[in-house]
Amino acid sequence: MALVLTEEQTMLRDTAAQFFKERAPVANFRKLRDTNDATGFDKSVWKEMADLGFAGVMIGEEHGGTGFGPVGLGLVLEQAGRTLAASPLVSTVLVGATAVELGGNALQRNDILPKVAAGETVLALALEEGAHHNPYKIGTTAEDHSGTYRLNGRKTFVLDGHVADRFIVVARTGGHDTDRHGLTLFIVDAGTPGLKVTRTKMVDSRNAAIVEFENVSVPSDNVLGSVGAGADILDPVLDLGRIGLAAEMLGLVSQVFEETVTYLKERKQFGKPIGSFQALAHRAAEMFAEIELCRSVVLDALSAAAERRNDVAQMASLAKARLSDVARLVTNEGLQMHGGMGMTDQFDVGLFMKRARVAAATFGDANFHRDRFATLAGY
Amino acid sequence: MEALETFRQETREWLEANCPPSIRTPMPDDESPWGGRNPKWKNPESKLWMDRMASRGWTAPTWPKAYGGGGLTKEENLVLMQELRRINARPALMSFGIWMLGPALLQYANEEQKLEHLPKIVRGEIRWCQGYSEPGAGSDLAGLQTKCEDKGDHYLVNGQKIWTSYANYADWIFCLVRTDTSKKHEGISFLLIDMANGGVETRPITMISGASPFCETFLTDVKVPKGNLVGELNKGWTIAKALLQHEREMISGMGLGNASAGSSFASLEQAAKDYVGEVDGKIASAGLREHLTRQRMDGKAFALTMQRSMEEAKAGHGPGAASSIFKYYGTELNKRRYELLLEIAGTQALGWEGDSFTAEELSIPRAWLRSKGNSIEGGTTEVQLNVVAKRVLGLPIE
Ligand SMILES: Cc1cc2nc3c(=O)[nH]c(=O)nc-3n(C[C@H](O)[C@H](O)[C@H](O)COP(=O)(O)OP(=O)(O)OC[C@H]3O[C@@H](n4cnc5c(N)ncnc54)[C@H](O)[C@@H]3O)c2cc1C
Ligand SMILES: Cc1cc2nc3c(=O)[nH]c(=O)nc-3n(C[C@H](O)[C@H](O)[C@H](O)COP(=O)(O)OP(=O)(O)OC[C@H]3O[C@@H](n4cnc5c(N)ncnc54)[C@H](O)[C@@H]3O)c2cc1C
Repeated sequence: MALVLTEEQTMLRDTAAQFFKERAPVANFRKLRDTNDATGFDKSVWKEMADLGFAGVMIGEEHGGTGFGPVGLGLVLEQAGRTLAASPLVSTVLVGATAVELGGNALQRNDILPKVAAGETVLALALEEGAHHNPYKIGTTAEDHSGTYRLNGRKTFVLDGHVADRFIVVARTGGHDTDRHGLTLFIVDAGTPGLKVTRTKMVDSRNAAIVEFENVSVPSDNVLGSVGAGADILDPVLDLGRIGLAAEMLGLVSQVFEETVTYLKERKQFGKPIGSFQALAHRAAEMFAEIELCRSVVLDALSAAAERRNDVAQMASLAKARLSDVARLVTNEGLQMHGGMGMTDQFDVGLFMKRARVAAATFGDANFHRDRFATLAGY
Repeated sequence: MEALETFRQETREWLEANCPPSIRTPMPDDESPWGGRNPKWKNPESKLWMDRMASRGWTAPTWPKAYGGGGLTKEENLVLMQELRRINARPALMSFGIWMLGPALLQYANEEQKLEHLPKIVRGEIRWCQGYSEPGAGSDLAGLQTKCEDKGDHYLVNGQKIWTSYANYADWIFCLVRTDTSKKHEGISFLLIDMANGGVETRPITMISGASPFCETFLTDVKVPKGNLVGELNKGWTIAKALLQHEREMISGMGLGNASAGSSFASLEQAAKDYVGEVDGKIASAGLREHLTRQRMDGKAFALTMQRSMEEAKAGHGPGAASSIFKYYGTELNKRRYELLLEIAGTQALGWEGDSFTAEELSIPRAWLRSKGNSIEGGTTEVQLNVVAKRVLGLPIE
C-alpha cells in the first residue's frame, strides 16, 4: 500500500461521495449559516452519518465502530470537503475519538466510544491558547488537590466547543512554558461548575468556542493517559488531525478546481471561452499538477498513519503544509478566474476560500509545518 | 514473491562478483559510457562493466531476450535497479538507443529491423542520435521540412537538423523526414540513417555551460536504403510521438534529484550546514532552510506521484492523468535544485576554474547551466502545459 485504493475503500469513498452530495450539499451549509443555526451543523444528518458508520471509522468493532481506520476516515473527510459539509467529524471523530482510543483506559473507552460511534456524543479538544498553533505552550494549569485536580486557564479556537458534551483539555501539571513534558489530558464534562463556554463564529461560519476554566474540579479518574505525559497521546492525535484536515482540503481543492475548469469552458469573452486564453489555461494546468501531488501526499500520509510507520509525523507536516498552500492557491485562482462572479456571495468559491483559510490555520499552518518538518529531518 | 527473492539473491551475488571497484564510485562526466563504433574508454573497467552487463542483456533489462535484452519482468527490473543502487553502481551504458529508439522499434519496427538494430544497441556497438528538431521546427515539430524523396530503389534525403545531441559522436541517426508536402502531420516518416554512408555533416554548437553536447546536422543528398523506413510511409508522426513519450519519461526522472553534480554531497541539507553553518542543529540561514524544506517536500510529493502512477498502471488503471505532468514538474524541480546548490555554496559554487575550488564545486555552475535546457529539450514546459490544458483538462486552447 498503498497509493491505490482497495475495492473496499473505493466503495466507502463512493458511498461518502453520494451521501454528501445528496444529504449535505453546499446549499445545506448556506442554510445553516443564513439561519444562524444554534448547533452549527444538522443533527439529523450527523445521525445519518453515524448510521452509515462514518462516526465510528476510528473506533473498533468492540465499541460499535467500523474500524476502517485512518484511510477510511480520510476518504470520508475528502468527500465532506467537497460539499463543505459541517459536522463534528473533525472535533469528535478525527481528534476526540482518536485520543480516547489511544489514551483511554477500559472504563473511559467503554463509556465514551460507543456513544461517539452512535453519533450521540460530541467531543471537543481544548488545546490552543493563542493566535497560532503551539501545542506545548500551555498556560492552563491543573493542580492536584489530593485526588482532585483544579483547572484554571483559558482556551481558544475549540472546535465545536459550544455543543460539546465533553472536552479533552490539555493542561499543565508540571514543567513550564513550552515544555513537552508536564502536560496532562483531562476529560471534562460540559456542565462542570466553573467551566464557561462562549460560542464564537469564524469566517468559515463554523464554530470555535472560547472555553474558560475557573477552579474547575476534575477527579483524577478523568485523566486521559498518564499524568505529565499527555504529549505522548497529543502528538499522534494532532498528527492524525493534520492528515485528516489535509484530506478535507484535498476534497475542497478538487471541487473548486473542477468548478473553475467548467467555468473556463462556459464563460465567453472576446467571442470565445475564456479557457482558450493561455494565460488562464497554463495556470489551470499548473494547478492540476499541484493537486495531483497533493493527492499522492494525502494518500501516503493516510497509509503512514494506518500502518503506524515511523514517518507519520513528517508526512503529517508535509501533507498539512502542502495542502494549506495549494488550498490557498486554488481558492485564490478559482475566485480570480470567476471574475466579478467570484466576488459574489451567491457563488460557492468564496465559501470554499473561507473554509480553506480556517482549515489551514487548524493544528498548524504551512509555516509551522515546514519548520517542524525541517526539525524532524534534523536540519 | 519467493522467486523474486531468489532473483534478488542471485543478482546480488552476480553484481558482487562482476561490478568492478571503480564502477562503484561517483562517475566523472568524462567516463560516461556511451559505447559506439569509436568509443572512448578513459577507464577500462567501464568497458568491462558494459560488456558484462550486456552479456546478460542487463543494459536493456526488460527487452525480450530474442533481441539481446534481459527479458526481465517489471518486478525483476525493479529488484535489479535496487541492487545496482545499493552498491552505487554507475550506469553500464548510456544510450539514446536504449532510452528512446529501442522502445519505439519494439513497438513499430518489422522483425528484420528489430533483429538488426536492437542487439547492437544492447551491446553498445552503435551509438544513436535524435534528428527531430530543425531551425524552423522546434515546439511546432510537425512543421519539419527535411525532404525525403522516393528514388525507386532508395530514398534521397536533403535538409538540416539542429540541437542534435552528440551527433558528432553518433553512428546512426533516427530522423523525422517529410515525405508528403501537401499534409502536415500525415506527411512525416520515420527513417534510420547510417551517418558513415556519406552526405551527413555535423557541426558542434557550444552551450552556455561551455560544453558542446549538441550539433547542427546537415543532410545533403543522403542515400538511404528503403528497408530503413520504420512503419509505413507518412505514418511517422505516431512513432515520433511514442518516442517523445519515452524521452519525456527519461527526462522527468531528473526531478527525483539523483542528477550528477552535487550528488557527492550527503544531502543538500548537510551541504547547507557545512557552507552556511548551523545553530542548535538548524541551518543558520532561516531563509535557506525554508527554501530547502519546500524543495524537499515538493521532491517527496513528486516521487510519491511517480510511484502512484506506477502502482495505478500495475493495477490496470492505465498510466493515469498524473503522468502528463511529470516532464514539466520534474524538470522545473531539477532546475530549482541547482539554483539551491548555488545558494548553498555561495561563491564556491560560482567558480569556473582554479585551485581554490574542489572538482565538485567546479561541476556545480556547469550542471546548473546545463539544467536550464531540461525545460526546453524534449518539449518545453509551455508545450507540456498546453498538452495538460488541452488533453487532460479539455480546455479549448488552439
Ligand atoms: C468589487 C467590484 C466592483 C465593481 N464595480 C464596478 C462598477 O462600479 N462599474 C462597473 O461597470 N463594473 C464594476 N465591476 C465589474 C468589473 O469591471 C468586472 O468584474 C471586470 O471587468 C471583469 O469582468 P467579468 O467579471 O465579467 O469577468 P470576465 O471578463 O468574465 O473574466 C473572468 C476571468 O477571465 C479572465 N480573462 C478574461 N479575458 C481574458 C483574456 N483575454 N485573457 C486572459 N484572461 C482573460 C479575467 O482576467 C478573469 O480572471 C466591479 C467588479 C468588482 C469585483
Ligand atoms: C540541451 C538540449 C538538447 C537537445 N537535444 C535534441 C536532440 O538530440 N534532438 C533533437 O531533435 N532536438 C533536440 N533539442 C531540441 C529541442 O527539442 C527544442 O529546443 C525544443 O523542442 C524547443 O524548440 P525551439 O528551441 O525551436 O524553441 P521554440 O519552439 O522556438 O520556443 C521558444 C519559446 O516559445 C515557447 N513556445 C513555443 N510554442 C509555444 C506555444 N504554442 N505556446 C506557448 N509557448 C510556446 C517555448 O516554450 C519557448 O519558451 C535539444 C534541446 C536542448 C536545449
